[in-house]
Amino acid sequence: MKARAFSYARPSTVEEALETFASAGDEASYIAGGQSLVPALALRLQAPQLLIDIAHIPALRGIARRENWLRIGALTRHCEVLTDPNIARYAPLLREAAPHVAHPAIRNRGTLGGSVALADPASEFPAMMLAMGAELEIAGPQGTRRVAADDYFIDLFQTAIEPGELLIAIHVPAVGPHHRWAFDELARRRGDYAIIGCGMLGRFAGDRIDEIRVAFFSVGNTPVRARHVETALTGGRLGPDSVAEAQASLAADLSPPDDEHTPAAMRLHLARVLMGRLLGRMMVTG
Amino acid sequence: MNAPLSFLDRPNSYIGRSVPRPNAKRLLNGQGRYVTDIVLPRMLHAAFTRSPHAHARIVSIDVSAARQMPGVRLVATGEDFARICKPWVGTLDHFKGMKSPPQWPLPIDKVVWSGQAMVAIVADTRAMAEDATEAVQVEYEELPAVVDIDAARSTGSPVITPEFGDNVCFRGVLDTGGVDDAFASACHIIEEEFRFARHTAVTLEPRAIVADYDPNEPRLTVHHATQTPYQFQDLYSRHYGIAEASVRVVAPDIGGSFGMKLHVYHEDMAVVGLSMMLGRPVKYVADRIESFVSDIHARDHRVRARMAIDAMGTILAIDVDDVTGIGAFSAYPRTSAIEGNQVIRLIGAPYRLKNYRAGLQVVFQNKVQMSQYRAVGHPIACTVTERLVDLAANKAGLDAFEVRARNLIRDDAYPCESPTGYRFEALSHEVCLAKLRTMMDYDSLRSEQRELRNRGIHRGIGIATFVEISNPSPAFYGVGGARISSQDGAIVSITPSGDVRCLISVTEQGQGTETVIGQIVAEHLGVDRDRVKVITGDTEVTPHGGATWACRGAGIGGETALQAANKLKANVLSVASAILQDHAGKLDIRNGWIVDASTEQQRIELAEIARLAYFRSDTLPPGTQAQLSVAHHYAPQGYPFAFTNGIQGCHVELDAETGFVRILKHWVVEDCGRIINPLLVDEQVRGGVVQGLGAAFFEECVYSETGQLTNGSLADYLVPMAFEMPDIEIGHVETPTLDTQLGAKGCGEAGTAAASAAALNAVNDAMAPFGATISQLPMTPARVLKALGHI
Ligand SMILES: Cc1cc2nc3c(=O)[nH]c(=O)nc-3n(C[C@H](O)[C@H](O)[C@H](O)COP(=O)(O)OP(=O)(O)OC[C@H]3O[C@@H](n4cnc5c(N)ncnc54)[C@H](O)[C@@H]3O)c2cc1C
Repeated sequence: MKARAFSYARPSTVEEALETFASAGDEASYIAGGQSLVPALALRLQAPQLLIDIAHIPALRGIARRENWLRIGALTRHCEVLTDPNIARYAPLLREAAPHVAHPAIRNRGTLGGSVALADPASEFPAMMLAMGAELEIAGPQGTRRVAADDYFIDLFQTAIEPGELLIAIHVPAVGPHHRWAFDELARRRGDYAIIGCGMLGRFAGDRIDEIRVAFFSVGNTPVRARHVETALTGGRLGPDSVAEAQASLAADLSPPDDEHTPAAMRLHLARVLMGRLLGRMMVTG
Repeated sequence: MNAPLSFLDRPNSYIGRSVPRPNAKRLLNGQGRYVTDIVLPRMLHAAFTRSPHAHARIVSIDVSAARQMPGVRLVATGEDFARICKPWVGTLDHFKGMKSPPQWPLPIDKVVWSGQAMVAIVADTRAMAEDATEAVQVEYEELPAVVDIDAARSTGSPVITPEFGDNVCFRGVLDTGGVDDAFASACHIIEEEFRFARHTAVTLEPRAIVADYDPNEPRLTVHHATQTPYQFQDLYSRHYGIAEASVRVVAPDIGGSFGMKLHVYHEDMAVVGLSMMLGRPVKYVADRIESFVSDIHARDHRVRARMAIDAMGTILAIDVDDVTGIGAFSAYPRTSAIEGNQVIRLIGAPYRLKNYRAGLQVVFQNKVQMSQYRAVGHPIACTVTERLVDLAANKAGLDAFEVRARNLIRDDAYPCESPTGYRFEALSHEVCLAKLRTMMDYDSLRSEQRELRNRGIHRGIGIATFVEISNPSPAFYGVGGARISSQDGAIVSITPSGDVRCLISVTEQGQGTETVIGQIVAEHLGVDRDRVKVITGDTEVTPHGGATWACRGAGIGGETALQAANKLKANVLSVASAILQDHAGKLDIRNGWIVDASTEQQRIELAEIARLAYFRSDTLPPGTQAQLSVAHHYAPQGYPFAFTNGIQGCHVELDAETGFVRILKHWVVEDCGRIINPLLVDEQVRGGVVQGLGAAFFEECVYSETGQLTNGSLADYLVPMAFEMPDIEIGHVETPTLDTQLGAKGCGEAGTAAASAAALNAVNDAMAPFGATISQLPMTPARVLKALGHI
């Protein structure tokens, strides 16, 4: 299929982008890597009259460490997530997730900001925002604000970003020597959106978990933090018993949809298995 | 002294050699010329408004707004086509009692599947045409959709074609007698119900067509991504009333077909009509979503099967019932009953089986049409048979190899006939079985399996024997009244420079047909392969013939080329003998030279003969009329089909907690008779295996209860990809057919025929410690988890 006709604008600053959007009303759409938007245009699922290409705004680029935070510009491409040494060191969950995001050709163009702004509930990176406790820097007509990942995901493809606003950067608390993490997913084919996926990041004192965040994707309308699991694990030693307890409490955290390809019971079962395996890996890592 | 030369050491010895495809580089460099690449002066583009309902009456169609859209040249509905196009009916006479409603390019009063083309728009660009499709207003009265094959046959079900009274397109029965007695006396009876999902071809290049009607002569030229240009020349001529000789169908480079591109599609027929209405070229290229909702689907069978065995594990009888759903009508012109027919005729085919009974019901439903796709019926028949054989082995306490060794037709038992009437000239099951065992290192795999099971790693080993139909005679379609040729034709000429051109009716879709034909012509004529140009795919140029399908390209097309080359060689030698004043019988052609057959001494170059014949005929001896072009046709005689055989093995690892299966390795031993090009045979087999493994684990057209295809995109319909595919090791046994001088049989469907059966047996083997079994394809993680009792 062919996209409907549209106009195209290429602003070079955030302000210019915001103004361009404001003057176009609701008929505009930002485009970053285009790896989600262009297919939607081709399928005529979306038909904006104006595409505002944000790929040439320098303020959206760059990866830099500031004190205990890593700032990752929204335009950082998936392939850079895969190779950047700062990300590997301070935000390793992103590094672990990146090989599972699509295929090389798509990773060469797709952007981290685009993925997080779109907030596909089956996507890897949005869920990692929850697991990492990231904060999202959003620019709008009223200025710039930072929103905690926990407050960011609202509903299906709906986030704290209001129409016309731009995601500028992702701020990630830097991982330190006492952290352990694990990521994996179950996908029918490598590079596909997963049937279930999970990332977790814990701060340990020896075997004891002082703090842990466990996030799932492909479980509903948004990525989900498994708070009952986290509570069950926090303060205890990581071992077979606590893993079993965590697995038992997962049903309280997840209520996956029942779709005709993947029954809800299957997703919950796989989530338990996957989480058990990831916790097992963290035991080994430690 | 050196060892005597083998036939492979002779000059111009190409048959049996892995020579590369001359066209591969061009295609890999992106310089293929596909239908999509064709741009003609004054060409317009078609797009279609499609039905959102699986079953609905058309109340009204309002195209007035669409007509006003920018760039729109024509908006046409079913009525417009009915005035110029004769309807078609997808039945064959030899399927007694078969029925199917008439079809027109676009529907007139009702739509019968979701995605059916409803209204055609022709505009200056495809994008403009698509814009206008959204402006078409259709009012539908929804009818209850017939989706499930059981519901379709229940009393009280809505009937899709009310005149027929029910939704059954065709019923078939085979019965050798003796089945009930055999079951009554059996030591063990095995029963299983199998389900095979619908899947579809997903060719890299989608369907594409450019129809160019010139009202002045009148002439119709159709550039068509198809396997069978002559079949379409005939159809366009008869359905649109244009003299056959005025219809030209050209199939340029084709990006895969697998049987999908030889059926009549409504859009394609419509595009021809649109070009006639406009007197301008019109192009239509199916996009991926359109492909999912309009390309034929295949399979979709539910088979209930029983097998009776004695205490030794000898097969006494098989009794099966196959129900298959085909969409709202039978496909044209090859019908949608062939697959079911082949399923019930191929079940049990590798085995010494006397008592056999089979029932077939071909059922209408509100889905996309179902028809022939690579290995038509074979994977179903093979999976049913081979799973039953494994279950029999379990009952009788036999190993998978042992049970087959006891029951396979012996290699010295040929010729013989299957209980379903298939006549086998010569097959090689026993040799293949032994060879597979060695290739797999079966005994080591079994001991590794036992050891790993103790460590909680669950691997499975499965094997599957198969018989494949190739080189079909008119018994396939011709006897049923279809104007589908089982013969092929070739014209082979020497050019003035001594090069060779071979125009032949078999076609190329990426499998290397042209390469194989070139090898045969070069070898039999005695010239360098680089000097032979093979030309296919244009009805204006090549003689009439069946083209490439059902594994006939090498076997029938190759024999045609061989006989034509021999005929031309005789002509060349006759001219040479006149020039050299020597007996033709003493001469031969080697490397483009006329030589003394006994001494190989070079006498005169072929190019020199051509020069003399074409430019200096005055110097030839009086009465010499050089015939440096020959036309030749060949139709298979003797056996109605050249059956091939083989066996496959599959090794998998099951993640018993997640239901995910990793395919570790796959083996194939196959016997396609004379191997013309081992490289191409191996790649045919590998590609076929991948399609079979796709069916086993990934591919499925999923429909909702209301008849909506819910996974019609490449994100949701899973084709097998390299990462998930194992190494595929291939071994050969060669039992040439004696029906032809070439001795080649087909190999294109062998891989697909048994890969899913071997995979199903392997997964069941892996699940054995859990007491779980599975009998449904594809084996998705959900189905495996269910079988294991996790959900
Ligand atoms: C075949 C295929 C497979 C894929 N598989 C996966 C997968 O397995 N996992 C996965 O996570 N993703 C997958 N993707 C999606 C891919 O990761 C996309 O790159 C990503 O989702 C969007 O990033 P983008 O830069 O391409 O965004 P775009 O497509 O340009 O934009 C997506 C949306 O986000 C908005 N947007 C983009 N940037 C911003 C911003 N800075 N501020 C505000 N709004 C913005 C756009 O307006 C648009 O609505 C796949 C894509 C394809 C084509």
